[in-house]
Amino acid sequence: MTTNCETCPASATLEQMGLNLEKYDRVVALAGNPNTGKSTLFNALTGLKQHTGNWPGKTVSRAEGGYEFNHVRYKLVDLPGTYSLLSASQDEEVARDFILFGQPDCTVVVTDATALERNLNLVLQVLEITGKVVVAVNLMDEARRKGLEVDTRSLSRDLGVPAVPVVARSGEGMHSLLGAIEGVITGEMPTQPRHVQGTPEFQHAVAELVPMIENVAPGVPNARWLAIRLLDGDARVRSALVSGELAQLVERQKSSDARFSRKISLEGAQ
Amino acid sequence: MSTAHPSDLSPQADPERQPSEVLDKAEALRRQLSAGFRDETVKSIYSEAERIANRAVHTRQDVHYDLDQRIDRLITSPILGLPLMLLLLAIVFWLTIVGANYPSQLLAKALFWLEDQGSALFSAWNFPWWLTGFFWHGVYRGLAWVVSVMLPPMAIFFPLFTILEDLGYLPRVAFNLDFLFKKAGAHGKQALTMAMGFGCNAAGVIATRVIDSPRERLIATLTNNFVPCNGRFPTLIMLANVFVAAAFSPFFASIAAAGSVVAVVLVGIAFTLAVSWGLSRTVLKGEASAFTLELPPYRRPNIGRILYTSIIDRTIFVLWRAMLTAAPAGAVIWVLGNINVSGISLAQHTANFLNPLGVLIGLDGVILLAYIIAIPANEIVVPTLLMVYLGTGMMTELTSLTELRSLLIGQHGWTLLTAINLMLFALLHNPCATTIWTIYKETGSRKWATVGALMPLGLAFVVTFITASVARLAGWV
Repeated sequence: MTTNCETCPASATLEQMGLNLEKYDRVVALAGNPNTGKSTLFNALTGLKQHTGNWPGKTVSRAEGGYEFNHVRYKLVDLPGTYSLLSASQDEEVARDFILFGQPDCTVVVTDATALERNLNLVLQVLEITGKVVVAVNLMDEARRKGLEVDTRSLSRDLGVPAVPVVARSGEGMHSLLGAIEGVITGEMPTQPRHVQGTPEFQHAVAELVPMIENVAPGVPNARWLAIRLLDGDARVRSALVSGELAQLVERQKSSDARFSRKISLEGAQ
Repeated sequence: MSTAHPSDLSPQADPERQPSEVLDKAEALRRQLSAGFRDETVKSIYSEAERIANRAVHTRQDVHYDLDQRIDRLITSPILGLPLMLLLLAIVFWLTIVGANYPSQLLAKALFWLEDQGSALFSAWNFPWWLTGFFWHGVYRGLAWVVSVMLPPMAIFFPLFTILEDLGYLPRVAFNLDFLFKKAGAHGKQALTMAMGFGCNAAGVIATRVIDSPRERLIATLTNNFVPCNGRFPTLIMLANVFVAAAFSPFFASIAAAGSVVAVVLVGIAFTLAVSWGLSRTVLKGEASAFTLELPPYRRPNIGRILYTSIIDRTIFVLWRAMLTAAPAGAVIWVLGNINVSGISLAQHTANFLNPLGVLIGLDGVILLAYIIAIPANEIVVPTLLMVYLGTGMMTELTSLTELRSLLIGQHGWTLLTAINLMLFALLHNPCATTIWTIYKETGSRKWATVGALMPLGLAFVVTFITASVARLAGWV
């Protein structure tokens, strides 16, 4: 993780695009626990004024905005804050469906540095779905005030994806974050997402299902996660499999067509 | 599996068989797994998170105490938590009542002056009388009423509410009330959606999306109406001023008025809990689910953002909506008041027809008529009442509270029972059209939208009927 980009004037090319979403090259999703400052980060990057509030569960639908970094246009999608992706409440479904079916080029999980352990539960669940992840460790100023030191390098190593310390309110660490997003998308920062192992019989069941899913929807990038969800009796994943939505997803992805994620994002928006 | 050509592999080739095969296999494997496998998976995620966090986070030893925690111990304490909350609520209402009074009068004067000028201009141009009446005394006056009655309290209430929100107080309210909602079989987060309902019930209904379980979300949706929204506060505040404040010396008047509004709010919360309890024991059976409620750190409110959020997002938004519904309602009131059948206006006819039902529940026909006209927006209840009472055929602004008092008590036989029952009716009756529509959109069900509209209305009739009967039997009226 390089942080000296911060001082390098050549990299300072962030441009807020607000709601100007006509043309974009990449889609970045913003996930995280409630009240970790996702909306603040969203506003800081896009220059929009989405309502931020100091209570969990404020963002129930999704907000979208754009920014430009190093001449690449990014669309940023602010997802509802959730503690997990396992239950079936509406906000969790919105977040999960977008990460899975919206196929963002990168998912930024915003975490609260003062309550890292609880926040990591969500990070690990996102890593099950996709490896294209950057962890933004937000509220570093509050952590410092509380006498907490967060070692983001140890975090990066353990999670297998970049972890960047930021203070969304003051803009500290923004360029490292944008650089990490860029790096993950281009592949310059290869990721090795940490996968949590279950019980042996569970792993065995997963291993049996994965090839079958890959056969139904060839080339699907997260067959393992789909297998886990099927074993859990997830109705949304079941219907996606039956209706051919998954297969379509793969088709679209092959022709690198961004319209699908765009369609989903429009349908989901209020 | 054979590796066929890409065209053969396309999923459309055999869409039915293969996916169902996978599902069957998954179902079979799921049954083989031991019952607790899901818990095991969750547990392994938690322990992994703990391990990683322990490696990455170190605590410096030089920080001894945490101010946040000490404040929290006070604000969420079992003994002081609820009284402190009520005190804060009373202060917010008091500031709103006291602060809104003068600007409201000023605004009303200015807007009604404009009406006089406008109608004079229309007369000067020889427009037909009904056009002047319909436009200026109907549509425009409806708008002027809503703006002058609603804008000042909202411009004070919403910023105060947003400050509490920004400070991080709202989750503490949920924490304090959690045990009550749990006993009622509802979700603790319902306290949050209820708090949003004070601003606008439609917003409160949308906020129920934060509740995970569909059952508890539906309870929160159906009961949100039992906290008075901004459109209903003016009615409550007027009644508090006329019937409660009048009994006190000027110095205490505003405090007494604020106190009685708090009392009404408490009754509303009691009904929220009672109805939630009733629903979760009958049609929406189930136990309260556990949830994690994060008490966020106290953060210094950002003044610019508070003003932006409360003025642009909330005040202007709610006011605009109210104006959209007030304009046609003003027109309806004017038409009803100006079309005469056998000597009396349509408004009077309707009021006479509704009167027996109104009297049965301690109100009268005019009040019921006002509530029917006010279905689109609750803000115009009081103007409609006064219009029919005064028989002027248009909505009227009375200049002083004493005049209002003598009109209601002296000429139309209002008693303390009328005031109390009107407060109860205002609190409990059906939500406005926007809220009903929002319930329909959020639940996607006509049935629940109908229940959401009729259940409170029925309850309002039953409760006011009981209080009226008790008062009459006891000989208090």
